[in-house]
Amino acid sequence: MADLLRVQKLCAFYGATQVLFDIDFAIEAGKITTILGANGAGKTTTLRALCQIVRTTGSLELDTGGGNVQLAGKATESVVRLGVAHVPDGRGTFGALSVEDNLKLGAYVRKDRDEVARDIERTYQRFPRLAERKHQQAGTLSGGEQQMLAISRALMLRPKLLLLDEPSFGLAPLIVAEIFRIMRKINQEDGVSMLLVEQNASLALDLAHHAYLLETGRVALSGPSENIKNDESVRRAYLGY
Amino acid sequence: MEALLHQLFSGLANGIIYGSVALALVMIYQSTHHINFAQGEMATFSTFIAWALINEAGWSYWAAFFFTVAVSFAAGLVVQRVVLRPIEKAPVLTNVIVFIGLLLIFNALSGMLFDHTIKAFDSPFPSDSPLATVYFSAHQLGSAGVLLLVLLALFGFFRYTSVGLAMRAAAQNPDSARLVGIRVSWMLGLGWGLAAAIGAVAGMMVAPIVFLDPNMMAGILLYGFAGALLGGIDNPLGAVIGGLVVGVLENLLGAYVIGTELKLTVALVLIVGTLTLRPDGLFGKKVVTRV
Amino acid sequence: MKPLDKKWVWLWSALLLVALILLPFLVKNYRVFQINLVLVYAIAILGLNMLTGFNGQISLGHGAFYAFGAYSAAVLMDKLGVPYWATLPVAFGVCFVLGFLLGFPALRLAGHYLALATFALALAVPQLLKYKHIEHLTGGVQGIVLNKPTPPISFTFLDQPFSADRWLYFFSLAVAGIMFLMAWNILRGRVGRALIAVRDHPIAATAMGINLTMFKSLTFGVSAGITGVAGALGGIVVAFVSPDSFTVNLSIFLLVGVVVGGLASIPGAIFGGMFIQFVPNIADEISRSAPAAIYGVLLIGCMYLMPSGVMGGLNKLWVRLRTKTAG
Repeated sequence: MADLLRVQKLCAFYGATQVLFDIDFAIEAGKITTILGANGAGKTTTLRALCQIVRTTGSLELDTGGGNVQLAGKATESVVRLGVAHVPDGRGTFGALSVEDNLKLGAYVRKDRDEVARDIERTYQRFPRLAERKHQQAGTLSGGEQQMLAISRALMLRPKLLLLDEPSFGLAPLIVAEIFRIMRKINQEDGVSMLLVEQNASLALDLAHHAYLLETGRVALSGPSENIKNDESVRRAYLGY
Repeated sequence: MEALLHQLFSGLANGIIYGSVALALVMIYQSTHHINFAQGEMATFSTFIAWALINEAGWSYWAAFFFTVAVSFAAGLVVQRVVLRPIEKAPVLTNVIVFIGLLLIFNALSGMLFDHTIKAFDSPFPSDSPLATVYFSAHQLGSAGVLLLVLLALFGFFRYTSVGLAMRAAAQNPDSARLVGIRVSWMLGLGWGLAAAIGAVAGMMVAPIVFLDPNMMAGILLYGFAGALLGGIDNPLGAVIGGLVVGVLENLLGAYVIGTELKLTVALVLIVGTLTLRPDGLFGKKVVTRV
Repeated sequence: MKPLDKKWVWLWSALLLVALILLPFLVKNYRVFQINLVLVYAIAILGLNMLTGFNGQISLGHGAFYAFGAYSAAVLMDKLGVPYWATLPVAFGVCFVLGFLLGFPALRLAGHYLALATFALALAVPQLLKYKHIEHLTGGVQGIVLNKPTPPISFTFLDQPFSADRWLYFFSLAVAGIMFLMAWNILRGRVGRALIAVRDHPIAATAMGINLTMFKSLTFGVSAGITGVAGALGGIVVAFVSPDSFTVNLSIFLLVGVVVGGLASIPGAIFGGMFIQFVPNIADEISRSAPAAIYGVLLIGCMYLMPSGVMGGLNKLWVRLRTKTAG
């Protein structure tokens, strides 16, 4: 299958401190890839590196359908406009604006207004709870609802690649299960490629097709998630279960 | 009773001007979290440009008006992009010093290009126009009308257009705004442009009353600050209401309590009082600093 | 330190001392007057620097304390016949108290809010000084005219009489010396470190036991007091105070002096003083607005290119020269 995103020799820096060391990985189009690892391994940094929120060296090649584009060196806004949507840790919703305004902002760069309206309707069908709170301030929503809103907002871009940073964080298990179920549906129905960063390894391995394991800023292991799930020694050594 | 109403309405008429300046200040504060100390001088410079167009180049009032507003918008945008963008992440002291630098430069430009003699600035609403009423002079009513139109246009812009929504988003949460593809830097420039344009309108409405010289807006800027703080430094509607309150208070206190010579002290007391007793103003949101 | 270095330090210091003593007799009286003002402004800038440069509290209103110091001295001399030198400690006291009291609301105002409040103070002061109900004290719009103090001894040296201005030169030099010594003492010890700690990491400083409230208010008070002394001295040197001498421009010029001389630099205050005294004299030839334009460009330029002012630039140069000769 074609690679949507190819990352080669990626290094990332916070100021003068280097956090990622020559990371190589690839994301298959239409599939869900997950990055696992302990706290501080560099998972969130990897997502930030893709969006150019942190300083990087190395190559980040995105297949835009009309050719390959180098993401490195671009402004974050430009990366987004190429079709990369990022759901950051902490949700990143516009708390003072309404649910509907948040969704509209998700489609800010799109010009097809009718389709945008249709997408908003689809969001409300998919997440009835958001429909109920259409005009409510996003900051007053519960954690699970905010996560749904954050994901929906990212999807409003009709992205080629959806980046998700720890979607399970701070949420009750039932809500998490629902969100992961919906993510699988989105991937299967709309074919959205996803890169998922997760602490909850078992959930992530159940959802994803392919997995990378980060350890102190380097790729320690990679492979189809089936293999990693079934390899007991790997699970015990790296994933703690 | 007549006199009281007179003072009240006169205060409201002034208050609209203060409210507009306050709005310009709040717009810049909302998006950049900086107070534009140069707002007054920029407005004065704009007014001088209008004066020159009318009195030296012979343009009609409204042609000069709209041209000045457009030029001021552009100038505000350029100032943000060229001077302020490089120091966006610098400490507050650096920004304050640069703002004072801008204040000095604009004040100097006004003086150098248009000299220091006090000039008369004609109102587009002359005193014999049908607008004149018992409680409001024609100019007061006319300028209040113009400013209200400007304010309404702004509110419409922010509420109903997608660029307006994007500006609000960029002001509240620049990081998330980038993640939806908003060019946050340009939004800041836009904010500055709009603030400069509002300032220009306020300046042109004030000049017929207080006459035009390079130091015209200093006192008015102070009232604008007071109004902005009173209304809550991050609340545009609050800023306008704050300006109105300041205008009325200024007149009432001046007429009945302390005499007209200490008006600036009133503004000072309002500012220090608000900052001390109720820093969020009447309508602002509470700001919590995280350790 | 090598014995050779010490000898050079003594030599240069002695030369400097001789130069300072001879200076007023080598130039015309009017120049001496201007130099006196340089000293006055240097003290005022020192005061502001202590607050803004070292402690990070932004004041756009120190001209107000200068004015209060000047008026305290003027009223004492004019209405109560107090000798000029005795007005300085009083000016310090008055402005210290005012600054200390202002320091309390200032605590809750960070950064630009404090700048805003002090800016408002600076704008309001001239109007306040013209208030007709205190006119009998302040002289209203016309202000108060003072007599320049007569020198305690009279003589002629190098063909120049020991005029009032020359006497005031030595007086100002002494006052400046005391003020700078005091500031240096305060700032180089524990207090100085605490000031900087409060500026850079206020919450950590509190956690380490510094009583933020007391500390910041005291700093405000001392800073105001020093600038108040400068104001009193200025009033004596110029022999005249009036409300329009103390507009917001004064506060802005003091800030310019701090920035150009060097934020958090004590000797920089002297450069600052020279700068704000002589630049208007020269620039005024070009146009009335030229000084403002120059100041504006310099403020912005300094923030971009030379954030630590002239002193910072000189320091860097000095370091570079020393490493060159050493290596």
